[in-house]
Amino acid sequence: MSGRALYVDGVSVVFDGFRALNNLSFIIEPGELRAVIGPNGAGKTTMMDVITGKTKPTAGIVKFGDVDLTRLDEPRIATLGIGRKFQKPTVFDALTVFENLELALKAVRGPIACWKWKLAAEQRDRIEAVLREIGLSERGQDLAGLLSHGQRQWLEIGMLLMQEPELLLVDEPVAGMTDQETEHTAALLARIAGQRSVVVVEHDLEFVRALNCKVTVMCEGSVLSEGSIDHVQNDARVIEVYLGR
Amino acid sequence: MRRLIILGIALLLALLPALNLTGLGISDFVVTVVGKWLCYAILALSIDLAWGYAGILSLGHGAFFALGGYAMGMHLMRLIGPRGSYGHPVLPDFMVFLGYQELPWFWWGFQSFPFAMLMALLIPGALAFLVGYLAFRSRITGVYLSILTQALTYALMLAFFRNDMGLGGNNGFTDFKELLGLPLNTPLARALLFWASLAALCGCLWLGTSIARSKLGRVLVGVRDGEARLRFLGYDTLQHKLFVFVLSAMMAGIAGALYVPQVGIINPSEFSPGNSLEAVVWVAFGGRGTLVGAVLGAFTVNALKTWLTSVAPDVWLFVLGAVFVAVTLLLPRGLIGLLEKRR
Repeated sequence: MSGRALYVDGVSVVFDGFRALNNLSFIIEPGELRAVIGPNGAGKTTMMDVITGKTKPTAGIVKFGDVDLTRLDEPRIATLGIGRKFQKPTVFDALTVFENLELALKAVRGPIACWKWKLAAEQRDRIEAVLREIGLSERGQDLAGLLSHGQRQWLEIGMLLMQEPELLLVDEPVAGMTDQETEHTAALLARIAGQRSVVVVEHDLEFVRALNCKVTVMCEGSVLSEGSIDHVQNDARVIEVYLGR
Repeated sequence: MRRLIILGIALLLALLPALNLTGLGISDFVVTVVGKWLCYAILALSIDLAWGYAGILSLGHGAFFALGGYAMGMHLMRLIGPRGSYGHPVLPDFMVFLGYQELPWFWWGFQSFPFAMLMALLIPGALAFLVGYLAFRSRITGVYLSILTQALTYALMLAFFRNDMGLGGNNGFTDFKELLGLPLNTPLARALLFWASLAALCGCLWLGTSIARSKLGRVLVGVRDGEARLRFLGYDTLQHKLFVFVLSAMMAGIAGALYVPQVGIINPSEFSPGNSLEAVVWVAFGGRGTLVGAVLGAFTVNALKTWLTSVAPDVWLFVLGAVFVAVTLLLPRGLIGLLEKRR
């Protein structure tokens, strides 16, 4: 594992006068698992948009190792090694589960290269290994549109794994999941986290506690508190804006 | 299996001009009409490649078809030489009539067949690149892109109607004499053009299928269904969309170039927005996103049109309209969906 950290320093995003992010700063160490919580409208999704290049910050620095992310677009940031899982699972329904993973596989991306590209044996093995890991071995040849909500979430996590990212941004992975699916997902994320940095945005505090990692609490576009789950749960400001309600 | 069926149909079609040449009951009319349909089928295929796979609904593909046709038309005009009504050794009749003293620069080179064919590919391709680049870069998609392409073909129609464009104005080009040394009004020329169109259709179908089955085909489906998601997977979708759009425009250009010598005329009405819309209907009718469906749609709709215009000239538009409504409501996956369900 290469050791690139993510630096977010003094980032502000202003949409038509509304400050979605306000002087936001934090650092994610290489290999770290971090949970980000905060009330609705705290800027969690905007923070992910800024890191992945979807939104350009109005001010501030976003760096991955030495690379300035604010200058790059989404495909370039993705190929740099930052993967993102959306809140709403977005897999390609018209393609099979296997083909979804194949699309995400770290391989050629250009149109002509894709036209000529052939799946190598070891790449097939890798896809099958990920299929096993996300528990969808039996469903490889089924259309992704036929999967249940939980299975789609896992497929999306599987697609992130295929990208072999150094940093994974995961937005509300257990929203709308059954308890059993939540458990499965927590285990899956814990396995992944050992090998790369993972940032999880989540509402479900029980789930965050299960992740057992450093927690960043966001509020009104900046960091309100940071530390262990017990630390932030006892922080008076956090209780006031978020937990106490 | 599917490949065998397609091959069989292609061979049967190839027999038509052969039967005509040997005087075995196929009329000249049938050869010309089916030859025209073959060109329409290429156009439909090109639309399906962009629309059915990448979700780029171009309502201006007729423009690329017409541009390819004009490139061929310019070549055919140059070949008339001194045989025109005014007998000018170089200038086509309409230029003599309009008082041109010399050939405009953009007509240079069109006396050469390879050059004209290259232009039939490059001009539609370059236009598609320019429009596609500007539109896709600004993330113009969906209905806005469709409107844009529709406006493009309309604007080109108005431009080509102008006499001072140096491209024949509203009369366009006609009275063609020969192509590659062969007089156009002979059965042999008709047969050769038919076979060339059939070969081009098969070539485009092979090319399209090869793309559809490759990873590029799946990336294009991804562009259609979730372009933003694909960008987060590291695909610079602008490249893929441009690639397929330019390729598709070039296919339409080939279709136009093969069409013009068979019908013997090209004029600005080929750019009319209705033509592009009609071609999209063929694709939807046959089954979008299947390539073969587009070809089938082009053949059936045009066959129906040819038949209805002769048996029921007053009501054929209504009948055709009813058929479209019925297919849209009852067969969302088009004719090909119906055939596949049967199997």
